[in-house]
Amino acid sequence: MNPLAINIENLGFSYPGQENMFFSHLNLKIAAGERFGLFGPNGAGKTTLIKLMTGLLSFHKGSIQISGNEIKKQNRSVKKLFGFIPQDFSFYEELTPAENLEFFGAWSGLTKQEIRKRTTELLDMLGLADVRNKQVHKFSSGMKRRVNLAIGVIHKPEILFLDEPTVGVDVQTRYAIINYLKELNKNGTTLIYTSHQLSEAEGLCEKIALMDEGKIIVHDDLDKLLSEYRQEGLEGLFLKLTSKEYRNV
Amino acid sequence: MYKLWATIQKDARILIRDKVGLILMFGMPIVLVLVVTSIQNSTFELVNKNKIPLLVCNRDTGNISLDLIEAIDKIGMFKLEQVSSDQSEKLITDRMHTKDALLAIVIPANFSSKISDRAKKMAGKALSTFGLEGDTITTTTASVDPLTLYYHPILQESHRHSIQGALYSALQLVESKQVLKTLYFSIVEKQLPDTLEKEMLNNKFDINEITITINGSRSVPNASQHNVPAWTIFAMFFVVISLGGSIVREKLSGSFIRLKSLPTNYYVALLSKQITYLAVTLLQAAVIFGIGVWLFPYIGLPVLNLPADISGLFFVSLICGWCAVSYAMCIGVFAQTQEQANGFGAVSIVILAAIGGLMVPSFAMPESFKTVMKLSPLHWCLEAYYGLFLEGGKLKDVFMNIIPLFIITVLLQLLTLLGLKMKKLI
Repeated sequence: MNPLAINIENLGFSYPGQENMFFSHLNLKIAAGERFGLFGPNGAGKTTLIKLMTGLLSFHKGSIQISGNEIKKQNRSVKKLFGFIPQDFSFYEELTPAENLEFFGAWSGLTKQEIRKRTTELLDMLGLADVRNKQVHKFSSGMKRRVNLAIGVIHKPEILFLDEPTVGVDVQTRYAIINYLKELNKNGTTLIYTSHQLSEAEGLCEKIALMDEGKIIVHDDLDKLLSEYRQEGLEGLFLKLTSKEYRNV
Repeated sequence: MYKLWATIQKDARILIRDKVGLILMFGMPIVLVLVVTSIQNSTFELVNKNKIPLLVCNRDTGNISLDLIEAIDKIGMFKLEQVSSDQSEKLITDRMHTKDALLAIVIPANFSSKISDRAKKMAGKALSTFGLEGDTITTTTASVDPLTLYYHPILQESHRHSIQGALYSALQLVESKQVLKTLYFSIVEKQLPDTLEKEMLNNKFDINEITITINGSRSVPNASQHNVPAWTIFAMFFVVISLGGSIVREKLSGSFIRLKSLPTNYYVALLSKQITYLAVTLLQAAVIFGIGVWLFPYIGLPVLNLPADISGLFFVSLICGWCAVSYAMCIGVFAQTQEQANGFGAVSIVILAAIGGLMVPSFAMPESFKTVMKLSPLHWCLEAYYGLFLEGGKLKDVFMNIIPLFIITVLLQLLTLLGLKMKKLI
């Protein structure tokens, strides 16, 4: 087995004012180089878990290690190891893609020369080279998604967290993004992906974990789980394990 | 260091592309300073240079009322227009409604005889104190019917008081002249010679006006010296709209989530915003002072004379700007929405300007407000600027105004950090 990209042990977390622990003794191991999918109904705890892994929330008990580094103790150095692509557009719409990459590249710890090189590479790869000097607020939703992605990978992270990276885009853009993510993974980047687009997830993820009510219900190879639960696709597996009822959260 | 530079570039680019923000930060204060200085200057000229139209309705047939009209004319404040003595009160007030005149004075029918009687009585009393007895001592004196002064409500109270003062002095002069004439006649039994009358009554004592300044210069402050520093401070604090809004936007947008996930502390973003917006406030000051110095003389406004201590002016502008930026950041951190930041920010600046003495001079404030006034950072900014612009002081002379400003700034910075910690933003 590859070394661990993520190692969560006995994680305990609750939101302020909540009596019950949202996560209690949660364990999760993700090997380096995996294409890992984290799924579950609304309120299951996917986004909270990603926020804990990326240091956006702090936890009370247990430990989270990123590539062997404890996130609580080495917060700053650990943050250099991963990239994060939030569901919302996380950039400045008044700036151009090149200017956004320049700013976020600097905040990711790159030098001016590194930023220049990576900006050209990324904008070429994601089909944004001809609009590099146009303000992002004039872009379509698909173009904005690609800018969002480029910013998250500018520093060539070991691990990439993706929260609904293709929401609201056309088929062409989705296809291009998924292909780009597979390409990144081939070059060694661990992908930790969450989405409600289960058909898309099926094509991307090799390993998955299903969460519900703050607990990991299953965690294994996708193919293995499909055959174990006799399902043809991820959607069927999802409904079987998390029920068909509405979730009012 | 590169992180900070990249962040400053980012903030500057966003700022430059925010056209509405730029208009609010530069256009609005320029218009404000031009309008307010023009208005105050015209008010100053109205009182000191222009003549106020005054209708005179003389119902008296004697000479003393003519003397009074001449004395009023000699004051130089009024442009007199005599109306016929049978003009009714309604006709006079109708003309004032159409703003033909802002003032009207009605001299009653028996004015001359009543003043003459009063003068005789006064002279008689004076003679009796000398041990002499004049013919006038036995004169019975009726009270003088008052002059009636009509004024248009457009005239402010301060103007009315100065007009009343001027009219009283004219009245006093006429009455004194009459007493003097009577006394002279009683003693010498001849009419007071014209030459002596003119010499005695026109030999006015000049008042030499000297402005007290620290550097001993004798320049008289004009409307520009008063207004430009005040509205520059107002403009500086109005960065709250742009900066406060920018912090709220960043907090609410996804970019803040991304920033928190990156290996750089948010302090860098705060430092960058302070540097960028401090540069904006200094630029605002430079633009507004530049307009005062170079544009004002071309549009008929008094030129703004910059203080001799330019480095002192720079330092005071720097600390005022820093305080303004700190205030804006504090608002931005605590506001939940951009509407809150803009609304509260703008209204609070107007209130702080009002209690800080930017709209009403601090010496004219009620006692109860004088303590509150000291809590307004705009008050200390204004005091420091006035020390340089009006009193001709240097940096050391306004140091006592800079200290409280510095303390307020540090408190605002601490409050900002506390707010960020409380909201778990850092």
